[in-house]
Amino acid sequence: MSAPAPVVQVRGLTKEYGRGDAAVQALRGVDLTVAAGDFVAVMGSSGSGKSTLMNILGCLDTPTSGRYLLDGLDVGGLDEHQLSLVRNRRIGFVFQSFNLIPRTTALANVELPLAYAGVRARERRRRALAALDLVGLSERLHHRPNELSGGQQQRVAVARALVTAPAMLLADEPTGNLDSRSTAEILDIVSRLNASGRTVVVITHEDEVAARAKRVVRLVDGLVAEDRRQDAPWAVTA
Amino acid sequence: MSPWEIGRFALLGLLANKIRTALTMLGVLIGVGAVILLVAVGNGSSKSVQASIENLGTNLITVSHTAGGGRFGAAGRGSDLKDLTLDDAKALADPAQAPHVKSAAPVQSTSASVVYAAQSTTVNSVVGTTPDWFPTTNHQIARGVALSAADVDNARKVVVLGSTTVENAFGPEDPIDKQVLISGIPFRVVGVLATKGGGAQDTDDTVVMPVSTLRASLAGYGSLSQIAVQATSAADTDEAQAEITAVLNSRHKITSSAQTDYRIVNQESLLSANDETNRTFTVLLGAVAAISLLVGGIGITNIMLVTVAERTREIGIRKAIGAPRGAILGQFLAESTLLSVIGGALGVAAGLCAARFTVVGIEPVVVPSSVVAAFGVSVALGLFFGGYPAARAAALRPIEALRHE
Repeated sequence: MSAPAPVVQVRGLTKEYGRGDAAVQALRGVDLTVAAGDFVAVMGSSGSGKSTLMNILGCLDTPTSGRYLLDGLDVGGLDEHQLSLVRNRRIGFVFQSFNLIPRTTALANVELPLAYAGVRARERRRRALAALDLVGLSERLHHRPNELSGGQQQRVAVARALVTAPAMLLADEPTGNLDSRSTAEILDIVSRLNASGRTVVVITHEDEVAARAKRVVRLVDGLVAEDRRQDAPWAVTA
Repeated sequence: MSPWEIGRFALLGLLANKIRTALTMLGVLIGVGAVILLVAVGNGSSKSVQASIENLGTNLITVSHTAGGGRFGAAGRGSDLKDLTLDDAKALADPAQAPHVKSAAPVQSTSASVVYAAQSTTVNSVVGTTPDWFPTTNHQIARGVALSAADVDNARKVVVLGSTTVENAFGPEDPIDKQVLISGIPFRVVGVLATKGGGAQDTDDTVVMPVSTLRASLAGYGSLSQIAVQATSAADTDEAQAEITAVLNSRHKITSSAQTDYRIVNQESLLSANDETNRTFTVLLGAVAAISLLVGGIGITNIMLVTVAERTREIGIRKAIGAPRGAILGQFLAESTLLSVIGGALGVAAGLCAARFTVVGIEPVVVPSSVVAAFGVSVALGLFFGGYPAARAAALRPIEALRHE
């Protein structure tokens, strides 16, 4: 395997909330490199800084100090408009609470990022249909979020995350709100996406989720405490 | 995103909360409708007054006597005042002295009871005049004949009745050649005036008889109440007025304006005075309506702030998947503008509908520019009052918006 350019390159990342005595250091200098095609699970107990890391990796929040290269691009110097473009083109989010737009059909939800990217309606429809087909929801195109089960909603969210062909799929506790069967379905889909070459970063505290990853990074008190590769026996079963 | 899509998102957003949307639109609707209707009412009342003045003829000039009432500082010089006489009227009608006067007719008026078949009605406008009065004051004869010069010369007891008087005294009966008692004196009805209509007072409730008869039987030989003068055209009223002033000043030996014992009113000046009053009235009505439109606009801001607060999380999601600031701003601006456009359009419809009915006795006349202005202002209100909530939505930080429950 040749060495492709890393998707994520983080150096000395710190994040501080509050000021003075009340200041809390959520990250104390994190270094992390994620190569293209990797499947990384970021683990840690609550308060370990893993959500903060996820927000910074997703360009939703800015670090107090440190350097973050996403797909070779230094994110630190970007203004708000450029950041919205980065979130749109290079990152696909999957949230714990699905975060679909209410009262909007599955198809329209998946088309939305393409709409913001300025893709034409016909092309948008084609790509959204393909993404929904990939997560096995071709039968539920015109259902609204409140007409879908939790697992189905999360599959729509995954389809929405990958429809723009982002450099990285960023999932924050994607199975936190799901039953075990839906959890398995979602994890199968994520594993399959990774197997087809998509870079995946999952924030989780569940071992079941981490077991699918090729690499587990454990955060403790805002620092990387453990970074190990593991065989991913489940990764290609689906 | 195409404008069409922004519009679709906005529509979906509005449909999500139908009652709230409807109530907010109602605020705009009432504002726009009120502006259109009230301006139309103001305009309608102005038009109806104008029409009734024009009915009298815009080239009509009235010379009235100022004695007795003590008006215009004339009271102190009671004995100096000269009467308006029949000769004054004749002098004004003389083309050599007043070339811009087409005709002039003396008017002496009183009030009297009119009795027919034991039915008595009181007529406040019993006019004694000459045949010239009919063309001068723009009165047509509907039935029968007008007064003749012979009627005046011989002081015949004949009358021409206004249409309302006929209705009151005769009902459906034909009054021609019937005898009526006016202040107890028998008169023969020779004609009926055509209906003029309009105006606050009913100008059709009138009795016209020869001035000689009126003076001999009903009113006595004082000053004439008025001389009705018709200028050769509406444009000549100023010249005619100047000529009347010159003629009367020389006849009454008046050298300074303080001695003036008559007053000249032309319909043109009445019209413009009326116009001014009505404009003030219309502006006031419009201002009241504009305030309600403003309140409607504030309603938009209020509801959009609520909407933005309610949908903070949705805004966070949209930002997370890459919505630029402009798209969020556009979405909420489109929503508020859609609110005001639909509300405004319904308001235009409501205002135009309401303007078809008579409001407090006035037939509203819609002013097209008020429709355009009210609708335009309502659309601008949507943009302006929706701007603040939309800017707040666009400025939300995605991370905080996403955490919002």
